[in-house]
Amino acid sequence: MNDKNAYLESVYKYGRIWNLSVMVLLFLFPVAVWLIFDAAPDWHGLLMGLLATAPMYWAVAVVETFTYIPMLGAGGSYLSFVTGNISNLKLPVALNALEQAGVKVNSDEGEVVSTIAIAVSSIVTTVIIIIGVVLITPLTPVLNAPVLAPAFAQIIPALFGGLGVVFISKNWKIAIAPIVLMLALFIFVPAINAGMVGIMVPVGVVFTLGVSRFMYKKGMLD
Amino acid sequence: MKFNVNSPILFVLAGVIILAVAAQSVFFLVRAWKHGLEIGMDREKLKKISITAGVFTIAPAVAIVISVITLAKDLGLPLPWLRLSVVGSLSYETIAATNAENAMGLTFGRVAALTASQYVTIAMVMTAGIMVGIWLVPVVCKKMQTGIINLENRDKKWADIFSAAMFIGMISAFLGYVFADFSTIFHGDPSGLIPVCVMAVSAALMCFAGLMVKKFKWHWIGDYALPISLIAGMASAIPITAWLS
Repeated sequence: MNDKNAYLESVYKYGRIWNLSVMVLLFLFPVAVWLIFDAAPDWHGLLMGLLATAPMYWAVAVVETFTYIPMLGAGGSYLSFVTGNISNLKLPVALNALEQAGVKVNSDEGEVVSTIAIAVSSIVTTVIIIIGVVLITPLTPVLNAPVLAPAFAQIIPALFGGLGVVFISKNWKIAIAPIVLMLALFIFVPAINAGMVGIMVPVGVVFTLGVSRFMYKKGMLD
Repeated sequence: MKFNVNSPILFVLAGVIILAVAAQSVFFLVRAWKHGLEIGMDREKLKKISITAGVFTIAPAVAIVISVITLAKDLGLPLPWLRLSVVGSLSYETIAATNAENAMGLTFGRVAALTASQYVTIAMVMTAGIMVGIWLVPVVCKKMQTGIINLENRDKKWADIFSAAMFIGMISAFLGYVFADFSTIFHGDPSGLIPVCVMAVSAALMCFAGLMVKKFKWHWIGDYALPISLIAGMASAIPITAWLS
């Protein structure tokens, strides 16, 4: 077994252990509160709440898992699906780091770079949230100030403006068709609104893969 | 023990779990760093990548703090602190909490004091509703990565295009998202242009940074171009919103 395979095998092994352990830990929070305060859940509320929430989010999570793993690499995937905020933070951080290092995510170096970027981002996020929680009383009026609200409401456009320039300029041939499709769908189909972006990501990915495959086979990407 | 959504024991429970999740990040970081050095990667390059990732994270992380404050009105601090430090996002956690509260006859945003039973129910819905990714990744990750490596061995050029196409597909969906309210201008309301203008400012700054790197070889700008365009785009949203609202 070469170094890359040995490293990847260890990532799979430890990733399984960590993710499944964290899953158990997360469930322990409500169970511990139940036991400490001797307060069983409202079973009807739990069932109805889950029925209203789980089907859509479970389906989206399955699609997201298959969509994001090839982009995040192995270590990055294990971490991202535990620490969350994938599309609005972890994936852009990983993409930027890969670009900065000039490596592909599926190379040995890319796996290292993606994992480091996502791990650092997760740690920084955790620290900033802890600071926010500790200083919540003085911070609340500042962070909730009406003058700052537009800035925090526009994080995604501010993020994908810069990211878009980098990736579209390098891959403009395969970018035209999906961008036209997505603009048409979001502008002209009333049923497709901002809240559906999570569902539209896999649609965009599958469509772009199809168009790219066609162009590749026709020799249009030489 | 008398229940309160901000009870100290809840902070302890949330804190222990958050520390465990942070430990996972540290564990993977150390292993990746060591492997990077083993395969001959430059220590300075790894440092630069880490610093850029950290700087880039600040603004989105502050937005997450605002989400914690928003959810804390109903749920107290410990639960939103935990939920937004792991797995979730504001939109998911709000929807899950709203669905759980509605199922118990409560209205999100108008809850005076949750009982322990209601709190446990809400925490369980929030936890179980988004657990799929955490266990599915260990199930499928190895198979998917092996498939991609095999694809690369079979046809390297197509594997590179495949990887780029995935990124472009994701970015195109978010570009569409930026235009989601664009149609308001057809009804005389220019507010749908706000995200489009913010995106344009961010994109223009990124182009400018690219030009500086190319023309003057200022490579340090390249390292921080994305965090700079992110912050500048967010800052531009303040006057743009005032102008177009």
